[in-house]
Amino acid sequence: MVNLMTVQQVVSKPMAFDGTPKIIARDVCVSYGDRQVLHNINLDIPQRRVTALIGPSGCGKTTFLRCINRMNDLISICKVTGTIMMDSADVYHADVDVEVLRRRIGMVFQKPNPFPKSIYENVAYGIKLHGLSIDKADLDARVEKSLRRAGLWDEVSDRLDSPGTGLSGGQQQRLCIARAIAIEPDVILMDEPCSALDPIATARIEELIHELKEKFTIIIVTHSMQQAARVSDYTAFFHLGDLVEQGETEILFTNPKDERTESYITGRIG
Amino acid sequence: MTDHPLSKAALPGLAARYRAESRFKNYGKIAVIFSLAFLSFLIVGIGFKGVGAFVKTEVRLEVSQELIAEYGDDSFTLLRKTVLYNFPDAKGRSGRKAAYNMVAAGAEETLAEKLSMMEGSPSKFDLWLPTSDDVDIARKDGLTEEVLNRFPEVQRAWLISLDKQERFRTRFNVGFLTNGDSRDAERAGIGGALMGSIFTLLVCLVFSFTIGILAAIYLEEFAPKNKFTTFLEININNLATVPSIIFGLLGLAVFLNVFGMPRSSSLAGGMVLALMTLPTIIISSRVSLQAVPPSIKEAALGIGASHVQAVFHHALPLALPGMLTGTILGMSRALGETAPLMMIGMVAFIADAPTSFTDPASALPVQVFLWSDSPERAFAEKTAGAILVLLVFLVLMNLTAIILRKRLEKKW
Repeated sequence: MVNLMTVQQVVSKPMAFDGTPKIIARDVCVSYGDRQVLHNINLDIPQRRVTALIGPSGCGKTTFLRCINRMNDLISICKVTGTIMMDSADVYHADVDVEVLRRRIGMVFQKPNPFPKSIYENVAYGIKLHGLSIDKADLDARVEKSLRRAGLWDEVSDRLDSPGTGLSGGQQQRLCIARAIAIEPDVILMDEPCSALDPIATARIEELIHELKEKFTIIIVTHSMQQAARVSDYTAFFHLGDLVEQGETEILFTNPKDERTESYITGRIG
Repeated sequence: MTDHPLSKAALPGLAARYRAESRFKNYGKIAVIFSLAFLSFLIVGIGFKGVGAFVKTEVRLEVSQELIAEYGDDSFTLLRKTVLYNFPDAKGRSGRKAAYNMVAAGAEETLAEKLSMMEGSPSKFDLWLPTSDDVDIARKDGLTEEVLNRFPEVQRAWLISLDKQERFRTRFNVGFLTNGDSRDAERAGIGGALMGSIFTLLVCLVFSFTIGILAAIYLEEFAPKNKFTTFLEININNLATVPSIIFGLLGLAVFLNVFGMPRSSSLAGGMVLALMTLPTIIISSRVSLQAVPPSIKEAALGIGASHVQAVFHHALPLALPGMLTGTILGMSRALGETAPLMMIGMVAFIADAPTSFTDPASALPVQVFLWSDSPERAFAEKTAGAILVLLVFLVLMNLTAIILRKRLEKKW
């Protein structure tokens, strides 16, 4: 295990907020083969807050998100250097088991991707996988709790056995959120969770994010600056593989320090 | 042509394009009609020829108690005496021979069976006995002048009189489906070949399905993508196009000569066919695994499932219908193969139906091949009948594939 203190001594705290950060990224560089897509990212993610990663297409924000729960491991040509720490533990350490890591860092994908199983099975899968429930009643209770937290219980409680793929797009995405929170992770990564949804379903998800941040640390990648402004407490702006600016959402949007940030949020680039 | 501003005359060249398009549609229709015509010609032709194999002609003979008393223990002699009793005008060596030739070889078994089951002893009784293949075919062709000319003088008269007295009848030929092969057309059946085919296919299924699916899962999901696996992939694709007789030779050299497996056995035959179907199964299984959306696997990985769990819990159930369809289609191809089986000796004349995987066995297409070589007219009918059974078998297998796919398919 890498000593957290040494890292913090070398690099000063890049984002200003109170309390210890949940996730700390230092000098993170990512390349696909010869092409480097992220350059020296230094970012702190606050605990139980919503952090939005914004930026134009291809700026590397999704790549950075997928580094946190090591989903990039699936791509053989992807190379990650630097350190990413969660609760002062290096997630790229040789002893790290990715299954344990992903048990603590859940993920919601761009397109709703429920399993082609029943609604109940979708939520119960992760619980059963990690052996979190004691018996059937406990499992039922956990499934209900997750669905309630995702704000889906009232809509599906009478048809838990029907396929999850039969729900509407917004419901499917909330089912995916229920599936992610069912295993009680610390962090939830959301990769443009509303890009495939209509405005009403989007509003529903955003509301949900607001409720969830009391319990979870949320990192959300979004294309929409309005969405970032609405849901996030902190924002990090990526541009061409660089982390240009980061800070409290309100300040970043009203008073950007960097010219590129200003151009992007006023709609001149992106 | 009107002068409407939106008519097709307004755009130069449009009329020519429409003509070309409709011409193309017509070519397509002609092609479909052509292939349908060939197919129906084939099926109707074989159907007409082969349907006769499923029925047989029987002749009613009178059996007298006097003869039973005298020759009761020896059903063969009893049959011959009974035949002569029924055709009293059979004189001389050739006459007697002509009379014996009216009933089927092996008809004494029917006679013996009847005697053993009979209660009481009436002085005379009637018995329906199978006719010889020549009489059977003649009656199926209709007893016309031309057909009758195939028979010697004395038989011709008998045929006409028997027909007039309505002493012929047509019955379902159970023996065709249950008997083994025989040199006598009236006794030959496809039972042995059918059993052989079933045994062979079972062996083939067990080997090719397990090995093929495991190989496909490993190659598609777990193998590193490097030059070696690419090389493997190309070779598997090439193997699918290797002529089947080469696999037969391989089986002969490896299974029979090196491993010393029993010759002509359905075990060796099934393994050769498994070799042949393996590439097909691997390719179709890989394709159906590829067709599973990666988002499903990502979802599983995202909540902390291992790669193996993601594949076995989510990708495999979705890919399974496609895998099964590929397997059954491979099996149907294996069912129709003759050449590789010939190489390992399954083309021999085998009279007894196999009862185990190591017994000498034949297979349906091999039986078709063997019978089509026989000069007797009855065997032509048997050949067509065997083809019909083979086709029914194939249709059943493909139907299973469709039903399985529909049952297991999940929408997402």
